[in-house]
Amino acid sequence: MRTLLILLNKEFRQVFRNPAILRIMLVVPTVMLLVMPLAADYEVRNVKLCVVDYDHSDYGRRLINKITATSYFHLVDYTDSYDKALHYIEEEETDIILQLPASFEKDLVRENQAKLFMALNAINGVKANLGGVYLRSIINDFNQEVRQDWIQLPRYNVQPIIQIVSNNWFNPQMNYRFFMVPGILVILVTMVGGFLSALNIVKEKEIGTIEQINVTPIRKYHFVLGKLIPFWILGLVVLTIGMGLAWAVYGIVPAGNVLTIYAFAAVFLLAVLGLGLLLSTMANTQQQAMLLSFFVMILFILLGGLYTSIESMPKWAQAFTVFNPVSYFIEVMRMVILKGSSLADIQRHLIIMFGFAVVLNGLAVWNYRKRS
Amino acid sequence: MSTNTVISVKDLTKRFGSFTAVDHITFDVKPGEIFGFLGANGAGKTTAMRMLCGLSLPTAGEATVAGFDLYRDAEKIKQKIGYMSQRFSLYEDLTIRENIRFYGGIYGLSNQQIKDKTAEMTRNLKLGKEVDSLVKSLPLGWRQKLSFSVAMVHNPRIVFLDEPTGGVDPITRREFWTLIYEAANKGTTVFVTTHYMDEAEYCNRVSIMVDGRIEAMGSPGELKGKYEADDMADVFLKLARGAKRSDN
Repeated sequence: MRTLLILLNKEFRQVFRNPAILRIMLVVPTVMLLVMPLAADYEVRNVKLCVVDYDHSDYGRRLINKITATSYFHLVDYTDSYDKALHYIEEEETDIILQLPASFEKDLVRENQAKLFMALNAINGVKANLGGVYLRSIINDFNQEVRQDWIQLPRYNVQPIIQIVSNNWFNPQMNYRFFMVPGILVILVTMVGGFLSALNIVKEKEIGTIEQINVTPIRKYHFVLGKLIPFWILGLVVLTIGMGLAWAVYGIVPAGNVLTIYAFAAVFLLAVLGLGLLLSTMANTQQQAMLLSFFVMILFILLGGLYTSIESMPKWAQAFTVFNPVSYFIEVMRMVILKGSSLADIQRHLIIMFGFAVVLNGLAVWNYRKRS
Repeated sequence: MSTNTVISVKDLTKRFGSFTAVDHITFDVKPGEIFGFLGANGAGKTTAMRMLCGLSLPTAGEATVAGFDLYRDAEKIKQKIGYMSQRFSLYEDLTIRENIRFYGGIYGLSNQQIKDKTAEMTRNLKLGKEVDSLVKSLPLGWRQKLSFSVAMVHNPRIVFLDEPTGGVDPITRREFWTLIYEAANKGTTVFVTTHYMDEAEYCNRVSIMVDGRIEAMGSPGELKGKYEADDMADVFLKLARGAKRSDN
């Protein structure tokens, strides 16, 4: 016990004497929480649209007005040359071309049906795809309106219509930030914990002090615990800063108990720090440790369900996420912050995370060799 | 192991793949002795010393250090020995006092003992107020003397010194050897590697390693007589000239 206190005393002194670590602890959460939720956004706005109108009809203009009245589309040009519009696409000045054929209104009135042509710039796949979907739904809407104008609707509709009324549970306004911020908090804790711990033991290897430690009768688990505890505390401090910012900037207050989050975060940090320390015992230089942990963290974060939902991944990738501690924490964060889940609801996650912590720290202690 | 040996080594060998760094070395060290371990760069001195300190696992052979078996009781050995490596290995971002406290604490010294040790070192090394300044601000000579004192913080039975005076000026070297003599007079066995042949003269006994084997062993006087040499440098040159491997 006394050995552990001696180790902790030394580690804390070193942390507080290292201005870089303190700066990282403050700057990383602030930048990530201020910039990422605002910039990294699924919603597609400002889709650049170019209309090629060969018809110049009333109905054509009504449709275009309807489209540009939404905030999603920005009309780049209204032209009667498809070549010119295609040129815009080549120059990346427009994302979508909507072409109204010369007989648009005539066909619509006489034949009761008309064709429109849509060309999408698929270089930016997400934007083209979502832009296309938006445009299609606006045109559908327009279609409804036109029909209502013409047809004297019978008391009973001849064509049955299914109308969908939806209700967004737990995030009624579908506020994108409510969805992103909990995930970003997880990434924050993962990065700070994972990188700092991965670099720590290996730093002692590089400067040679580990030899002096290894020649003492110190116990391996004491040494690893002495490295773990300071970063565990730092991780929880970073989480607190992050949650404070989430509340101050986005007004996000967990629907559930804050202590539930801390309870899970405490176990999660043990797992991540164990992983960092394990990588640290494997690497010989800080550079190796950095690259190794970077690789693992990127994999965990991209497959963690923050950017792409796990349910829509292929089966093999879903199988991988079972071994990804980050995905559990993101899920728990969303459950507690949005849904108000309690400790009993996240029991399964907690037990699995505990397993991760035991295995990873066990491996770190085992793989740390005092004698080579 | 007889009662009057503190280190007893028999056929100790270390191979790295096909390279035999230490090749069946056998020797005994008596308590309180200053035992010099000489050899050219790459002769295997450091590897041998690292094995005896429990930092490197031997490939073959037997050894007991401070009465404990090197294979089974390496951790018990560690309580009884001090080690000063070639590389400076105190924490540069801690003060001298904090370094002493840390290593003293790891070896299980009480707070009072740590306090006494710190006062004693401050006095012996004439540190004065420097005891509260960061180690990184110290000049090399002081660093080496401090490393030695920290390696001695728990009054070990044996202290291993790996080229402790490399790159140090002659005055500091002299002072360093004064520290070694003081330690030996208090009964600590000193196991030291060096390149300086004048330092070899200070040792009670020396062994000279060539290509991983011990080629000669004895007191400086005996060796000079045996190889008809004027000083230890001459002895060393006569033996080491036959070496096949070196740094380059």
